Amino acid sequence: MSLRSPLGRARGLGSAKAGTAHWWGQRVSAVALIPLCLWFVFSLLLLPNLDYDTARAWLHWPVSGFLAMLLVAVVAHHSYLGTTVIVEDYVHDEGYKLLGLLSLKFLHVLVAGAAIFAILRIAFGN
Amino acid sequence: MPARARPLSPHVGIYRWQIGNTLSILHRFTGIFLALGFVALSYWLVALAGDSSAYASASRLFASPLGWLALLGWTFAFFYHLLNGIRHLFWDAGYGFERDARRTSAWLAVGGAFLLTLGVWGLLWHFGRL
Repeated sequence: MSLRSPLGRARGLGSAKAGTAHWWGQRVSAVALIPLCLWFVFSLLLLPNLDYDTARAWLHWPVSGFLAMLLVAVVAHHSYLGTTVIVEDYVHDEGYKLLGLLSLKFLHVLVAGAAIFAILRIAFGN
Repeated sequence: MPARARPLSPHVGIYRWQIGNTLSILHRFTGIFLALGFVALSYWLVALAGDSSAYASASRLFASPLGWLALLGWTFAFFYHLLNGIRHLFWDAGYGFERDARRTSAWLAVGGAFLLTLGVWGLLWHFGRL
């Protein structure tokens, strides 16, 4: 038995049935980011400098390139989930909300795509 | 059908300002700021994948006064969001809800973030990287 009113259902009010997956995805990506982010920060700190050649040689090494790619993908996912909640919390106009959510999705894919392509160029370049 | 005024819960303004709500807001702010840092990271990677002149102009931007300030901010935002995020994961697992535990973990998150930021920049300064 549903407790929702027919009018509420027709207006599309109530649960979108995707809340748990969103909440869970935020936590799982958070756990994955703990080691990935710490690896990234301390790897950069341990490099002798951040010159063009040094930084490229570091990302050319398969393990760094692979981990950097994972980092970018998981950061993009975590950031997308987090910023989405902020738009949903504060933007109440349906049109602006849709615009905000779509912009966030496009921007995250764009930024992550550019970063991953850059890592691949360095990893497979000479 | 005229829209009826719906009952509203008390607005945030009537509550006493405390460490808990301050850190909750700070978690959001650092999250937004770190999302901007993700764009900066992507820019750095794209410049690094280009030729050395593209990387040189990116390096100049990061080494400008505003660049240093942003990097310092991202360091603090990263460590704070990390530590407070771990605090949230403990809550999600059902631990640390008691008043004392909540306050202790709150100050650990802020204090830890300050110490780690200081540590990282101290190391950079110590090894002559600044």
